[in-house]
Amino acid sequence: MQDFDYAAPISTHEAVQLLADPGHKAVVLAGGTDILVLLRERRRRATLVVDVKKIAELNELAMTADGGLFLGAAVPCSRIYREAAITEKYAALVDATKIIGGWQIQSRATVGGNLCNASPAADSIPPLAIYDAVAEIAGPNGRRQMPVADFCSGVGKNVMARGDLLVAIILPPIEARSGAAFQRFIPRNEMDIAVASAASLVELDDQGIICKARIVLGAVATTAVRASHAEEALVGQPPSDELFAQAGALAERSARPIDDMRGTIEYRKHLCGVLTRRTLAIAVERAQSKTQ
Amino acid sequence: MSDISPISYSDKTFKVIGTRPVRHDGADKVTGRALYGADVQLPGALHGKVLRSPHAHARIKLIDTSIAEKIEGVYAVATGKDWPDLVDKIADLGEGAVHLKDLSENCLAVDKVLYKGHAIAAVAARDVHIAEAAIAAIRVDYELLPAVTSVLDAMKPGAPILHPGLKTETLGQPSQGPTNIDRHVHFETGDIAAGFAAADLILEREFETATVHQGYIEPQVSTALWNEDGQLKIWTSTQGSFTARHQTAELLQLPISKVTVTPCEIGGGFGGKIAVYLEPVAAILSRKSGRAVKMTMQRDEVFEGTGPTPASFIRVKLGATKDGKLTAGQAYLAYESGAFPGGVIGPGTMCIFSCVELPNAVVDGYDVCVNKPKTQAYRAPGATQAAFAFESTFNELAEQLQIDPIAIRRINGVKEGSRRVDGPVYPRIGYLECLEAAQNSSHWNSPLEGPNQGRGIAAGYWFNIGLKSSVSASVNPDGTVNLLEGSTDIGGTRTSIAMQLAETLGIPAADVLPKVVDTDSIGYTDVTGGSRTTFATGMAAHKVGLKLLEQLTARAAFLWDCDPAEVKVDGDLYRWRDQQLTFKQLAEKLPSAGDPVVGHASVSPEGPTNGFGVHIVDVEVDPDTAKVKILRYTAIQDAGKAIHPSYVEGQMQGGAVQGIGWALNEEYFYGDDHKMRNASLLDYRIPTCLDVPMIDTIIVEVPNPNHPFGVRGVGETPIVPPPGAIADAIFQATGVRATRLPISPPRLWKAMSQLAK
Ligand SMILES: Cc1cc2nc3c(=O)[nH]c(=O)nc-3n(C[C@H](O)[C@H](O)[C@H](O)COP(=O)(O)OP(=O)(O)OC[C@H]3O[C@@H](n4cnc5c(N)ncnc54)[C@H](O)[C@@H]3O)c2cc1C
Repeated sequence: MQDFDYAAPISTHEAVQLLADPGHKAVVLAGGTDILVLLRERRRRATLVVDVKKIAELNELAMTADGGLFLGAAVPCSRIYREAAITEKYAALVDATKIIGGWQIQSRATVGGNLCNASPAADSIPPLAIYDAVAEIAGPNGRRQMPVADFCSGVGKNVMARGDLLVAIILPPIEARSGAAFQRFIPRNEMDIAVASAASLVELDDQGIICKARIVLGAVATTAVRASHAEEALVGQPPSDELFAQAGALAERSARPIDDMRGTIEYRKHLCGVLTRRTLAIAVERAQSKTQ
Repeated sequence: MSDISPISYSDKTFKVIGTRPVRHDGADKVTGRALYGADVQLPGALHGKVLRSPHAHARIKLIDTSIAEKIEGVYAVATGKDWPDLVDKIADLGEGAVHLKDLSENCLAVDKVLYKGHAIAAVAARDVHIAEAAIAAIRVDYELLPAVTSVLDAMKPGAPILHPGLKTETLGQPSQGPTNIDRHVHFETGDIAAGFAAADLILEREFETATVHQGYIEPQVSTALWNEDGQLKIWTSTQGSFTARHQTAELLQLPISKVTVTPCEIGGGFGGKIAVYLEPVAAILSRKSGRAVKMTMQRDEVFEGTGPTPASFIRVKLGATKDGKLTAGQAYLAYESGAFPGGVIGPGTMCIFSCVELPNAVVDGYDVCVNKPKTQAYRAPGATQAAFAFESTFNELAEQLQIDPIAIRRINGVKEGSRRVDGPVYPRIGYLECLEAAQNSSHWNSPLEGPNQGRGIAAGYWFNIGLKSSVSASVNPDGTVNLLEGSTDIGGTRTSIAMQLAETLGIPAADVLPKVVDTDSIGYTDVTGGSRTTFATGMAAHKVGLKLLEQLTARAAFLWDCDPAEVKVDGDLYRWRDQQLTFKQLAEKLPSAGDPVVGHASVSPEGPTNGFGVHIVDVEVDPDTAKVKILRYTAIQDAGKAIHPSYVEGQMQGGAVQGIGWALNEEYFYGDDHKMRNASLLDYRIPTCLDVPMIDTIIVEVPNPNHPFGVRGVGETPIVPPPGAIADAIFQATGVRATRLPISPPRLWKAMSQLAK
């Protein structure tokens, strides 16, 4: 491991100052489940590690005034899935936080870190994207917000610049008659990295017809991809297995996967279809159970 | 843990053997006090690190260590130049001859690197971070060479050659010209042409298996201290302290008495901790620095720098009459030996037809060098690949002939007097008894419960060896017995060996206090491997027990002033006329009864103990993703006599789980650049506890006539049947006959979609 300094600021302002310090190559440490591995394996270099777990704002997990969710960037997965209000509303995010690593990892790993790390296979990103989540970033020039869907710019890359800190992820409120689900495919049953994943969200109208759909695929392109054609095919239709299968087939076409040790191109595309179909069925079931 | 008692074919009864006492090393392990290699902390010890090749095949043009040597805190740097002259030196390491030059170059390369991860240089520094920095500062200039990482490609004319001087040895004769094939094994029996002519059905199938690793949880770790008086002390994680001593002494050209090896507690080996890697390198660094040097591998170094077990290509041809009697069998096996010659093709060829009577057979095997780590033993080395190929073909034959898979195995199964195609005639063995237990098992007789499910079955065989073991024992005045042994304890052998001494003396297992000691403190003992330890070291324990008994009888006679021949021993009771003493009472009186009671015993039993197993597995295959779920699993095995049934069950379960990993997901995944892509436990997919159900076990006991308690080896056989059984279950569930391991989801899905077309 390389030598580095360590700082644990207690305010966002202080953290941004440290991160912007031109005399340092600084990295943020949230749960550390990615960054410590990267530093240790010398895949990332740093002279200063800024631990953000002591900043109050980043540890906040609360429903917003309009019924959305403020998810502080340093909140570990295990806090998210223990919160009844969240499990009720943002089921797809909960699906993801429950399968990131095992218990130990979930007690440390944050959704913020999962997002910033920008792995194509990150499990929380497709769910965040279907909820139209927004990233709140603090930087040397103040604060700004941007859609999570635009946050990652490539494998392991995000749009943040030197001095930027992810403060929180803000999820807009959920429509009453909506449901969502996330699934990934792994060859084992835990401690594995997604070969492909899909998050689906559907909103039903009074007649039970799908009036909005969001499908985002993971691990099949350099960043999470939206399956727009599949979404379009769903809107205005009553939910059915045939419809989900049709959407699945369309979703396959949005995937641009690679061949590697985790799977082949054709298998990954096929999985996109399967997972889209399966998550849609659960999402609709969850939406319907709420409307009853 | 199952509490089903073994199915016994013996009427012998025992007091200690067959019970399940608490293991002697248990308290230390559950309290975290057991001392593993990583726990060895010598004063002033330096940390060693290894520089490894980033290339699969290259000539080393230059190694410049000058910058590394100048880094503050660096005490020594070692390269292949530090080896003594080992050209043409061969050492017999008890398990066959080893070319010392090859062994040394595998520990530190000399003029070529032969695989990614091949060790090139090593550094000892004040701390591991400085050592890493120094490693990064070593400059190596390479001339890249074309590489080959598949066994069939390596056999082709024009393939990149790893060792220009290598010749193929066929029946002891060397071939002409450069080659990667170091050995061709051939044997035949009967008349193969006539055999196939007599068949009603002939099947010929081809199989491939991937390179897999033993996956022991504890990485290699060694500490060496080369004293000023020339005495070299090594603490290491090894399956065999004596072989570690022998290899290290030979590599450094030291008299064997100059080296002491202390075996630490070991976190798994499975055959992968017999060859040395770090021991001689740490020794060189210690000599150069004048300090103790500790070296620990990281997981990627374990995958890329230590020996996995070979990938293989196998072709099997079987002929049978319509009522299921095999008439002929032919097999062609090509196994990778890795970067250096000397793989496990021998046992592969001997095991492929080992479960059936085959009057007419031809077997050809090839051992082939490729640009991968030098392969090593892995639990029944070479047998699992062979059994996957044979059992799969046999199952398909049974299906085509519409004969039940157990029935066809009973028709052809080997028994006492059957001759294996490579020659040996089996003594009393328990294969048919295992088949009968399978036939009667609740698993085999219960229906599958849903769609996309299938049940498979396969058998497996492993020789199990004897080799040499020594123990010594002394009786304490409190009625306990100290038992010293040279066998490193990997799977609970301290207890299983202590129990055999306890049985012999008629005392409780807890009253024998076993201890694994260093190479200075006990007679020569071969590796814990070949499923030999409970068998052979247990024999030595029985033998030393008899010696103690004789002395105890003499001491009792001394106390009673009678003729020792008149003393009767019954369990732990010593009697003469109306006098009697328990073992404990007698022990208390020993201080005033003459010479202390101590004994030494050694054994070197020859010939295999022949372990057979039959596994039944139910799977469910997701029709959309082709992911295989193991629903139910039963392992059946002839243990001869289960000394401690829980440990036998543990071996059967552990072997089955490793076989499941091998069958479904484990593989060294190579890129086109011949570099391993998945050298981590994230992407090298060993099953987790969520991936396997409880493995049920049925122990069969057909006593081994060549052991005082009937023991056969048990550790290796259970890894042999799983891939064949699982492939069969997948066929029953999906209609796909998988011929390539691992049967990973992308591969199986592809085959299932092709079948659907
Ligand atoms: C054993 C194991 C299993 C795993 N399993 C999974 C899995 O199943 N699915 C999955 O998706 N991932 C998995 N991971 C990866 C990892 O746990 C997750 O990506 C996790 O969510 C990262 O969160 P963290 O808080 O630990 O991030 P950290 O490691 O602290 O940070 C990750 C990256 O984000 C940056 N960062 C973190 N917070 C901020 C911030 N507030 N502002 C700016 N930059 C920031 C860091 O500098 C770093 O580059 C696993 C990791 C391990 C070790």
